[in-house]
Amino acid sequence: MTIVRIEREKNSPAEIIRREADEPHSKVVRFGSDKPLKLDAGVELSSYQVAYQTYGELNAERSNAILICHALTGDQHVHNVHPVTGKDGWWDSIVGPGLPIDTDRFFVICSNVLGGCLGTTGPASKNEATGEPYGLSFPVVTIRDMVRAQAALLDHLGIDQLLSVAGGSMGGMQVLQWAVTYPERIFSALPIATAARHSAQNIAFHEVGRQAVMADPDWRNGKYLSEGTSPRRGLAVARMAAHITYLSDAALHRKFGRRLQDRELPTFGFDADFQVENYLRYQGSSFVERFDANSYLYITRAMDYFDLAGEHGDVLANAFRNLKARVCMVSFTSDWLFPTEEARDVVHALNAAGAPVSFAEIETDKGHDAFLLDEPELFAIVRGFLDSAAKKRGVKAPK
Amino acid sequence: MLTKTSPGTFVAQAIPKTPRLDLVVVANMVEPGSRVLDVGCGDGELLQLLTETRNADGRGIEISRDGVNECVAKGLAVIQGDADTDLADYPDNTFDYVILSQTLQATRRPRWVLEQMLRIGKRVIVSFPNFGHWRIRGQLLWYGRMPITQNLPVSWYDTPNIHFCTIRDFVDLARELDVKIERAVAFGPSGGRVRFDAPWWFWNLFGEQAVFLLSRKN
Repeated sequence: MTIVRIEREKNSPAEIIRREADEPHSKVVRFGSDKPLKLDAGVELSSYQVAYQTYGELNAERSNAILICHALTGDQHVHNVHPVTGKDGWWDSIVGPGLPIDTDRFFVICSNVLGGCLGTTGPASKNEATGEPYGLSFPVVTIRDMVRAQAALLDHLGIDQLLSVAGGSMGGMQVLQWAVTYPERIFSALPIATAARHSAQNIAFHEVGRQAVMADPDWRNGKYLSEGTSPRRGLAVARMAAHITYLSDAALHRKFGRRLQDRELPTFGFDADFQVENYLRYQGSSFVERFDANSYLYITRAMDYFDLAGEHGDVLANAFRNLKARVCMVSFTSDWLFPTEEARDVVHALNAAGAPVSFAEIETDKGHDAFLLDEPELFAIVRGFLDSAAKKRGVKAPK
Repeated sequence: MLTKTSPGTFVAQAIPKTPRLDLVVVANMVEPGSRVLDVGCGDGELLQLLTETRNADGRGIEISRDGVNECVAKGLAVIQGDADTDLADYPDNTFDYVILSQTLQATRRPRWVLEQMLRIGKRVIVSFPNFGHWRIRGQLLWYGRMPITQNLPVSWYDTPNIHFCTIRDFVDLARELDVKIERAVAFGPSGGRVRFDAPWWFWNLFGEQAVFLLSRKN
């Protein structure tokens, strides 16, 4: 496990974001103009870097590697203290020694996505050509582009085939994209709380978030890093709106109800009277400390463009035609962002394509975010699925 | 022999390592290396047997979350779903065999389920408890009560079995659906098979369980 230094006390959020974008507290691989990244937008990134973390040891046969794909606002810090927030890794509940994604047995890799802001090239990174951050001159990237960058990382690490690729939400989109783009490079796949395309409702929510960012005068047409401002209010509002979609009515009611925040009576003003308002304001303000506003625009856009069937004549089953890997799809009953019906569409397509697929819907009131939380049923499924995949592949423990 | 009972009963514990006879009979009807869908696969016992002994490429549908989780943990490809609705989503001729093991009587629409199975699979295997067995008839005749047997241990108000049939009923349905009965096996409580050349009425009286292998005529 990598323990990283926390420099929050010394630097402003903007400075930390700029530093993490170019010189992250992570392993980094830099690709030069000899290995450009071809993007779906029709342009090439002539040089780029991928920041990543690894946990556990690669075995001699190089057969125990698991790639974890992170969600929209996640990053590569799956199982170590976060260099900016100082918080525990975002999937500490499931990744670690003896846990379902067992770092004693598996070599676990997670990289920051293309377009991200924690060390993989994105809009906050310095454009070598100008010496300034890319900002809006960064090309629009897709989920497939993110996966291509991950494949380049695997080439660099000398891993031909992953034992598994796992992730929730946008991470699950990447998992499905792996199954379509590099079917021969995965032995199994574990897409959680995800879908084969972004729905109109989800695109609509993203558009609200982007408009909030762009309406902030400090956004400066995307040039805030060069001009020394930060669209904090816009990004916080975007995060607040999005955060509601990650929960459920029942979960919000259970957590907050109509309870007031540190007061007996309403103030008859627009202060955060209700606990739920206070919670959302906290979510918004803590998010802007660690995330780049332009990255938020780019990554939400990548999700909007995601449509696996669209790449294959609108027949999803055709997308999975060459897939031999075993797939285990998981959804949650109260997830209204990526509802079970959409997971079932993927499962039906995998079935029609003849891929060995399992599907479980887990009953919970925690909404979309359930994949990040303490869900014993999810843990049991992930453990069983990875155990059996490892057994089937004859994976030996690292020495 | 072992029969389908609720978990933890004496019968189920008696011979824990031997696969249930009805499952062995079903497995023996499957050609090695086939693609198989087990509808209502429970904890995956039959799928495992098919994978291990028939080298089958097996898939399952199971309605209970516990069953699905157990199957996934065993490395089986099982989807959580309801046979009464989800079979419609499968394309034609996807499988060599579609199996309904001890589940027919628990479906809401047995006839529809059977039709769907015949569409999805080239062959269909159905095993079910025979409600025409003499013990069951005897309980109704002598005591005037809904039968409770080793094989069907749950009271009428608790049973998931809502559409019981007899062997003759099933043969009638197969004729109505115009399908070919390729093979049929019936066996009694001790595992003894009912004589192959016996007439249906004899099977219906002495077979406690039945397994049918069906295929479409066209």
